[in-house]
Amino acid sequence: MTKVLMKGNEAIGEAAIRAGCLHFFGYPITPQSEVPEYLSKRLPEVGGQYVQAESEVAASNMIYGAAGVGMRVLTTSSSPGISLMAEALSYIACCELPVVVVNIMRCGPGLGGILPSQSDYFQATKGTAHGDFDIIVLAPSSVQEAVDLTIISFELAEKYRNPVMVIGDGMIGQMMEPVSFPDKEIGPPLDPGDWGLTGCKDRPRRIVNSLYLDPDLLYQQNIKLKEKFELIKQNELRFELYNCDEPYDLLLVGFGMMARICKTAIDQLKAEGLNVGLFRPITVNPFPYEACAEAIGRSKSVISVEMNMGQMIEDVRLANVEGKPVDFFGKTGGLIPAVEEVQDKVRESLAAMKK
Amino acid sequence: MEVTEVLMAGFGGQGMLLSGKLLAYAAMNLGKEVSWLPSYGPEMRGGTANVTVCISERPVGSPYITQPTALLVMNQPSLEKFGVRVKEKGLIVVNDTLVPIKADRDDCSVLYISAGEIAQEAGTVRAANLVMLGAYVGWSGIVEKETTIEMIKKEFARKAKFIPANVAAFEAGFDKGLKLRGEG
Repeated sequence: MTKVLMKGNEAIGEAAIRAGCLHFFGYPITPQSEVPEYLSKRLPEVGGQYVQAESEVAASNMIYGAAGVGMRVLTTSSSPGISLMAEALSYIACCELPVVVVNIMRCGPGLGGILPSQSDYFQATKGTAHGDFDIIVLAPSSVQEAVDLTIISFELAEKYRNPVMVIGDGMIGQMMEPVSFPDKEIGPPLDPGDWGLTGCKDRPRRIVNSLYLDPDLLYQQNIKLKEKFELIKQNELRFELYNCDEPYDLLLVGFGMMARICKTAIDQLKAEGLNVGLFRPITVNPFPYEACAEAIGRSKSVISVEMNMGQMIEDVRLANVEGKPVDFFGKTGGLIPAVEEVQDKVRESLAAMKK
Repeated sequence: MEVTEVLMAGFGGQGMLLSGKLLAYAAMNLGKEVSWLPSYGPEMRGGTANVTVCISERPVGSPYITQPTALLVMNQPSLEKFGVRVKEKGLIVVNDTLVPIKADRDDCSVLYISAGEIAQEAGTVRAANLVMLGAYVGWSGIVEKETTIEMIKKEFARKAKFIPANVAAFEAGFDKGLKLRGEG
């Protein structure tokens, strides 16, 4: 496979096409606008449909409709835009439709700024919208992984008939790295199975609806969604351990681009004789609690390193079944924790341990 | 040094993002791992713009670098802002056509390149960014000259009339960098 140098946003767009997604509905917002820009050019070339909606609310309801009729569909946005899509995502989750949503996160709250952040961790993993439901959330840490996880997202969305979200900070959308794509130009179309509204000639009609006025029926749907997510927890956990083969006194936990920054910090600390491990969840929902607990168990303490004010740290605490000291390091607002700052925090933490 | 981290900075529109892209392409062509991370703040033509290119034998860790091993600056604000951050024994390439001050670093190699004048002689002052890239490549030998020229030709394929001046600017910068290297 030959590699090409591509921006994360463009690579995500191309990955969707390779996965067989020929329908995109979205609205521009920095720092993800290159995804719609790229697809507005590429989709017509491959017989696909690109629609720039009048708003994120409209775009999210368009993916609801497209998935309802059995089309593989993508939307992408950035933080405030994702908030506007929340309502539709709840409806889509209730109707068990496969959609993929990409959030190239910018700093907030409010309109915030356009610079990178990981401040939507809670929104993606805990409180995407109203009602009892979960979405699968994947966090790539390189442009290649953004491609691979975008393709996997469509597979997961269809396997479980559930929304899947890919979250990356603005850096991953804007940076260029070498990437390779699967050889097949366009994946096969989605199989609408026994649920897609494909026209009911010669078969009973199907209904896509999230209104259940009968509490018994709604509760049955709640249980079904819960059981589905339990299955996802069993089957789909992904994570990476870095520098965890040798004994370590301190474990860093970081996702997405923060994990890359941690890796460089760890490599340089190793040269100083300090061995530090890294646990990187790739599925941030469901969170790989057991694997994280195991990695924490081999350490004396743990630091959650995030480009936000401390969100994933709550999952790290849940994974911390042995009650080790848990600390946080991070910043946001458009500022990125630098390698040197992570190293200072590690040195400080290790020194405090020796006292 | 294991990872080469090159920060290229100037006014928006001076083409440093493009120079960075060409460097990344050329390094990729040598089988190296690369990353290209632009500043993407609310900037416009005339504002500041910079890009960090990492080149490594191994997969690039953090593409976000605050202390680069090399700095190429097109304007004075960039030298003032980033000059102090370059790692010890690093390299600073200054476009002295537009930067009237000196880099205050005794612990780094500093090249002063009259990128504007050299680009003008090559055919267009707008190719000053490629003079800077050429000087860096000539001095450092980080990527191959011919490969970089191929990348310039590819980049300007749809605006072929700009190829000769841009290649000439790169070559003139390259020769200058190589000469300065020879002089130590």
